[in-house]
Amino acid sequence: MNKETVIKIRDVEKTYNETKVPVHALRGISLEIDKGEFTAIVGPSGCGKTTLLNIIGGLDRPTSGQIEVNHQDISQLSDNQLIDFRKEHIGFVFQSYNLIPVLTAKENVEFVMLLQKRDTELRNKRTRELMAAVGLEDKMQSRPAELSGGQQQRVAVARALAPKPSFILADEPTANLDSTSTNNLLDIMARLNQEEEMTFVFSTHDQRVIDRARRIITLEDGKVLKDEWV
Amino acid sequence: MKQILKLASRNIWRNRRRTFITAASILFAVFFAVAISSIQHGTWDHMVNSVVHYHFGYIQIHKNGYWDDQIIDNVFDPSEVVSRESNYNGISQMVPRIESFALASYGTSTKGSLVLGIDPDREAHLTQPDTRVAEGQYLKKEDKGALIAGGLAAYLNIGVGDTLVLISQGYHGINSAGKFPVRGLVELASPDLNKQLVYIGLEQAKWFYGTEGQVTTIVADIEDPGELSGIVSSLRADLDTAQYEVMDYKEMMPDLIKAREVDTAGSQIILMILYFIIGFGIFGTILMMLKEREYEFGILKAIGMKTGKLSLMVWLETIFLGVIGCVAGILFSLPLVYYFYKNPIELTGKMAEAYEKFGVQALLPASMEPSIFLNQAVVIFLMITVLSVYPIFKLAKLKPVDAMRA
Ligand SMILES: Nc1ncnc2c1ncn2[C@@H]1O[C@H](COP(=O)(O)OP(=O)(O)OP(=O)(O)O)[C@@H](O)[C@H]1O
Ligand SMILES: [Mg+2]
Repeated sequence: MNKETVIKIRDVEKTYNETKVPVHALRGISLEIDKGEFTAIVGPSGCGKTTLLNIIGGLDRPTSGQIEVNHQDISQLSDNQLIDFRKEHIGFVFQSYNLIPVLTAKENVEFVMLLQKRDTELRNKRTRELMAAVGLEDKMQSRPAELSGGQQQRVAVARALAPKPSFILADEPTANLDSTSTNNLLDIMARLNQEEEMTFVFSTHDQRVIDRARRIITLEDGKVLKDEWV
Repeated sequence: MKQILKLASRNIWRNRRRTFITAASILFAVFFAVAISSIQHGTWDHMVNSVVHYHFGYIQIHKNGYWDDQIIDNVFDPSEVVSRESNYNGISQMVPRIESFALASYGTSTKGSLVLGIDPDREAHLTQPDTRVAEGQYLKKEDKGALIAGGLAAYLNIGVGDTLVLISQGYHGINSAGKFPVRGLVELASPDLNKQLVYIGLEQAKWFYGTEGQVTTIVADIEDPGELSGIVSSLRADLDTAQYEVMDYKEMMPDLIKAREVDTAGSQIILMILYFIIGFGIFGTILMMLKEREYEFGILKAIGMKTGKLSLMVWLETIFLGVIGCVAGILFSLPLVYYFYKNPIELTGKMAEAYEKFGVQALLPASMEPSIFLNQAVVIFLMITVLSVYPIFKLAKLKPVDAMRA
């Protein structure tokens, strides 16, 4: 199988200078992630997982180093261009409160597709397909407040997948879930990883989540400690 | 756009209590602003209209210099101006008059009076004295009698059928004296005029004052007061201004117009303060809303919503709020304004005297003019537009990473 690199970062450093003592959150990280990976970024609290994901996702800028997403150097983009870039290329699942409270589950899933001006038919088809894939076809009209934390995260995964991004970044997507919901969410992510060949990169503390990953990148103190395939 | 409208309209109902309180504060501001402006406009319109419709008319033409020296020697031949009445767009007729003073006497009583020599038919179209005849009859064409105002009649103790004697000095100092059978009594709303006015026929007045066919005044009867300034300019352009002076009602009663301006400016300031306070209230709501939804804005930006759309959404939310408050305020104020439009407040005492000095009934009617309501909407809209510069600024600077690190 031909490997296609979707994320390529080289010597990325991130220093937070706004604090009294500068914090070196990332101290030179180089990585490549290929299409179809199911990769966990792990490590102790404060090791730089969130910082790394934010930089890959174009939410934050590195202090130095290069990031290429789909062979495009995103450090050259303006803030507004980055927003468009994220809309077209990246799906996000955050730790919690991912969804827009005033929209129904269905409307949340089609939100980005609407921003992309996809036509109604395609939107409806994709939304139904994904809501079924995350097992919530009967919750289409529910508002986030009417859904459990696990269900909300599943809707968030569906939303991230909807516009067919190049990859999905999930920062501790299961941190607020019980073990049943965690397993359920991981089953769904793993299946979508297979069926849609969607690349997943997620950070976690949770051993059960780590066990499901096929590649585990361990960070420590802003550096890659281990990078192993299982 | 549909998506943004949907988001904005739903967001409005998210924090119902806050929406309600903010809308209510706008409601009260609009309510008071409408009530204050409406009574004020209505009252001033009433004053100006009374003076214009009862007496002055919108435009008068005199011999040049008459206004500053209102003596019977300053008369002019009306035929040139009257013959051209159909030349001007917007002027329905030219109404010649002789206005001067005379001593009115009956039996043993004598009183100074204002004599108005009128063309009964033309004047009936203009100031409509025929509609104010309380007793007896209106003057006929070429009538040799007089109409006398109620207050003056009461003072002289004269009635319909009695003969009024007028004594004065006429054109070039001749002595004038005449007997005028009283044809009718008129009740004038202006207390001042009601105490001193006597109407006689124009031809009689010419004879009485010996003006040799000349008059003191021509009132141009205009169809639409909105066209006033255009008509005045065309008259000035057309008539020989060395010979004639053309004056609009504002020039004829500068005190009243000045008083109106001062009074309006005063309440404008009060309204501005009111709106200022409300503006701060709305600003507070915007600040709270921004803080509360920072995380959500972070998510929206992260997943691809551009600052422009986000700002538009917030702006729409604030506008909705303003519209709700405005509409409610206008709806609430309508019945009140309508009531005082139909049932004007009547002033008494010192206040009433002040009004009567201008020759106006002491009434405070409300105005139902649409612009009064519309103006409030415009002010609120502008205010909100200015206030939403802040969120636009804030949202442009908002970084998803910071917003979402709660
Ligand atoms: N905005 C910031 N300003 C200053 N320091 C920051 C900022 N964000 C993160 N840091 C610091 O950078 C380091 C890495 O933080 P990061 O959030 O990436 O860790 P993490 O691995 O995601 O931790 P956790 O597992 O607790 O989520 C930490 O020392 C943190 O205190
Ligand atoms: Mg983290």
